Amino acid sequence: MLHFARWKVGLILLTIVFGLLFALPNLFSEKTLSSLPDWLPKQQLVLGLDLQGGSHILLQVEEAGVIKERLEVLRGDVRSVLREDKIGYTGLAIKDNSVQVRVRDVTKLEEARTKVRTLVQPITQSLLGGGGALESSLETTEDGVLRLTLTPEGIESRVNAAVSQSIEVIRRRVDELGTTEPSIQREGNSRILVQVPGLQDSDRLKTILQSTAKLTFRLVDVSNSVDEAITGRPPLDSEVLYSADDPPVPYLVKKRVLISGDELDDAQPTFDQQTNEPVVSFRFNTSGARKFGRVTQQNVGLPFAIVLDDEVISAPRINEPILGGSGIISGSFTVESANDLAVLMRAGALPADLTIIEERTVGPGLGKDSIEAGEIAGIVGAIAVVVFMFLSYGLFGLFANLALIANITLILGALSALGATLTLPGIAGIVLTVGMAVDANVLIYERIREENRYGRSTIAAIDAGYSRALGTILDANITTFIAAIILFSLGSGPVRGFAVTLAIGIVTTVFSAFTFNRLLVAGWVKSRRPSELPI
Amino acid sequence: MKPLRLVPDGTNIRFMTHRRWSFPLSVVLIVASLALYGVFNLNFGIDFKGGTLIEIKTAEDIADLGDIRGKLNDLRLGDVEVQEFGAPNDVLIRVETQEGGEQAQQAVVNQVKATLGDKVTYRRVEVVGPRVSGELASAGSIAVLSALFAVLVYIWFRFEWQFALGAVMATTHDVILTIGMFAALGLEFNLSSIAAILTIVGYSLNDTVVVYDRIRENLRKYKKKELKDILDLSINQTLSRTVLTSVTTLLALGSLYVLGSAVIKSFTFAMIWGVFVGTYSSVFMAAPLLIFLKLRPEHMQEQKDEGTEEASA
Repeated sequence: MLHFARWKVGLILLTIVFGLLFALPNLFSEKTLSSLPDWLPKQQLVLGLDLQGGSHILLQVEEAGVIKERLEVLRGDVRSVLREDKIGYTGLAIKDNSVQVRVRDVTKLEEARTKVRTLVQPITQSLLGGGGALESSLETTEDGVLRLTLTPEGIESRVNAAVSQSIEVIRRRVDELGTTEPSIQREGNSRILVQVPGLQDSDRLKTILQSTAKLTFRLVDVSNSVDEAITGRPPLDSEVLYSADDPPVPYLVKKRVLISGDELDDAQPTFDQQTNEPVVSFRFNTSGARKFGRVTQQNVGLPFAIVLDDEVISAPRINEPILGGSGIISGSFTVESANDLAVLMRAGALPADLTIIEERTVGPGLGKDSIEAGEIAGIVGAIAVVVFMFLSYGLFGLFANLALIANITLILGALSALGATLTLPGIAGIVLTVGMAVDANVLIYERIREENRYGRSTIAAIDAGYSRALGTILDANITTFIAAIILFSLGSGPVRGFAVTLAIGIVTTVFSAFTFNRLLVAGWVKSRRPSELPI
Repeated sequence: MKPLRLVPDGTNIRFMTHRRWSFPLSVVLIVASLALYGVFNLNFGIDFKGGTLIEIKTAEDIADLGDIRGKLNDLRLGDVEVQEFGAPNDVLIRVETQEGGEQAQQAVVNQVKATLGDKVTYRRVEVVGPRVSGELASAGSIAVLSALFAVLVYIWFRFEWQFALGAVMATTHDVILTIGMFAALGLEFNLSSIAAILTIVGYSLNDTVVVYDRIRENLRKYKKKELKDILDLSINQTLSRTVLTSVTTLLALGSLYVLGSAVIKSFTFAMIWGVFVGTYSSVFMAAPLLIFLKLRPEHMQEQKDEGTEEASA
C-alpha cells in the first residue's frame, strides 16, 4: 500500500490542484474574477435563498378551477351545437365533472347525440402518442338526458396544460421584476415553485404571482341604476363590480366582453402629458385593433369599463372612435402600480387560479449573519479538530490535518464546479464533515498502532494499517452515504443542501484519506526509513 | 512530546458483562421516550403543523416581548407564540394554522405586518399551508424509515443477517431516544430535525459498522473463541477510535452550537445528542445484540479449544 506508481502520484496531485482551482474563485470578488484569464474556472458557490435572502413560493394550480372553466366552455359548445340544429333542450347545467342537458323531443335524441359526440375530443399531445384516450365521455340516460363527463385523463391533461401555460406567464411576469436569476419550475403534477433571490419585498411578488390578470373591455350598463342593482337584483346580462379606489366605487357592467386582454400587443407605463400622472398605454394587435375601432365607433358617448380580475380599473367615456388600436388607461396609479399593471398586461392572463401553499422569505440581513456565524463556527471547529489531531498523533496528525485541508478544498471545489447550492444546513454539513472526516485517518492510524503492537515492523504495520482499514472505512461510509442520498431525495431546499455537502464530503473524505494522506505517509516512510512508529 | 491518549493502550473492559444493566437501561429509556412522546407529543414546527413563522429585529436594543405579544393577541389569531431568538432584539413569532384554507394563512402575514409596522425589520417569513405540512410530515417519516431499510439491506448484503438486524435495532434505539429528547425538552421539531435524525442514523451506523467489521474479522481469526470474548476484544480494539472520532465530531458540532446561527441551534443540539447516543448504542447495544440474536451457535462456544489460537501475526 505504500508504493505509488508515478502516474498515480500525478493524478492525486492533479485532482487536488483542480479542487483548488475550482474552490479559489470563492475567495475573490466578482470584479477580480472578471479580470482573470478566461481559461480559469470562475464559478462561485451558489448561495441558497436562506443565505443570500429571497423568496421561495410554492403555488398550487387549483384543479377545481381548471375543471370548472373547461366545463363552462363545454356547456357553451353544447348550447351552440344544439341551437345550430334547432334541437330543443332544457336543463343545460354543470353537475360535478359533467355537463348535462335534457333533449325535449325524444325522437331527436339520436340526432342530438351525434351532434354532441363531435365535442368529444381525443387528448392532444398525449405521451402515449395519442393512444386513443378521450378528454370526455358521453352517456345517455333513458329519460333523454345527455351527459358529457370529463375523464380523469382529460382532467389531467387540462391541468397539465394549465400548469405549463402558467409557468410561461409567471416567467414573463417575474422576469420583468428585474431580479437576478429567478427560478421557476414545475413541482409534481399541479405545482409551481418560484424562487426569487435577493428580493426585498415579497408582498409585491405575491401580488404579481396571484393576479389572474384577466383583462376585459366591457360596456357600462347605463340603462339601469347601480344602486338598484346593489339593493335589488342586477339585470341578467350585467353585474356589479367595484373599483380599486378607497372607498370602492360600484359600477354596473355588462357581462358581455367586447375585447379581452389576449388581443393586446403591448403595454407600457408612461405619464399623462397633461396631468403628469402615471398611466398605462396599450396597443392591440391587428384583429384587436379592428374590433376596438368597431366597438368604439358604435358606442360613442357611452362609458366603457376596463376590468382586471373583476375590478374596475377605469371607466372612461368614449369621446370618439379609436381607430388606431391604441389607448391609455388612467386610474389612480402610482409609478409602481402602473408599472405592475403594464407587466401583467404584457405577460397575459393565467389560465387558472394559483394558491400560495408555502412561502419562505428570508431578508438579506439574516442570510449575511448566518454566513458570518457559519464561517466563524467552521474555522473554530476546524482549528479545534486540527489541534486535537496534532496532540493525538504528532507528525501523523499533521499529515491527517493536511489531508483535512485538501478535503475541505475538494468539497468547496466540487460544490462550486457542480453549481450546487450552499444552504445554512449545508454549512453545518461541511462543519460536521470536518469533524467526521478525520475518522478515516483515525481508523487507519489506530490500526497501524495495533498491527505494530502485535509485532509487525514499522513499515509492515503502516502498510497493513492502510489495507486493513480500507474495507472498514468503505462499509462505514457507504452506510452514511445511503442516509445522505435518502435525505437528498426527501428534497426541500435547505435540507437538500445539507445532504449534498454530506454526500460530497463522504466521497472527498475517502479520497483524501486513501490517496493524499497515504501519499504523505509513504513519502515520509521512503525518506526516513523509520524503525519506530511516531504514533 | 507525549501523544494524547484518551484510551490507554491495552484497555480491556469486559463490556459484555455490562449488558446485564445496559439492556434493561436501554429498554427503560426506549419506554420512557415513547411515554414522553405519548404524553407531551412533539413540539411540531410549522413545517409539520402548518402556520406562520415570522422573525423580526426591533429598532430598540431590547425588544418588548410583552408589548408585541399583547398587540398580536388583539388580532385574535388563536395560538400566538412570541419569544426571543438568538439576540435580545431578535424576536420569533409563531402563529398557528388559521381556519379557512390556504389563503387565510397568507392573510396572517399581512395582519402581523400591519400591526407591527415598518419600524421592525422582517428577517424571515415562513408560511406553510395545511396541504404542504401534511405532505412534509409523511415525507419525513418515509425518509427515516426508508433510510433504515436501505441500510438493513446493505449490511445484510455485506455481513450476516444478525449484523443487519443488530445494526438497525441499535439505530432505531437512537432514533427513538432522540425523539424522546425532543419530547422531553419541548424542542421544536421541524424539517431540519428530520435531517438531524437522518444524520444521527448515518453517524450511529458508521460507528456500529466499524465495530461489526472488527467482530467479523475476529470471528474468522479466532474460530474457537467464545462469542462474548470476541465481542469484548473487538470493542476494546476499536475503542480508541470510537472515542477519538466522537471527540472530533463533538468539537466541530460544539463550535457550531456555540458560534453558529440561531436558526440551526436545535439542529446542532440534536446532532450532539445523537453522537452520544450513537456511540453508546454501538458499544452497549449493537455488539451485545449479536449474542441475543445467536450469531454463533451455542455448541461451538462450548467446545473449548486451547492452544490453537494464534495471536495476530
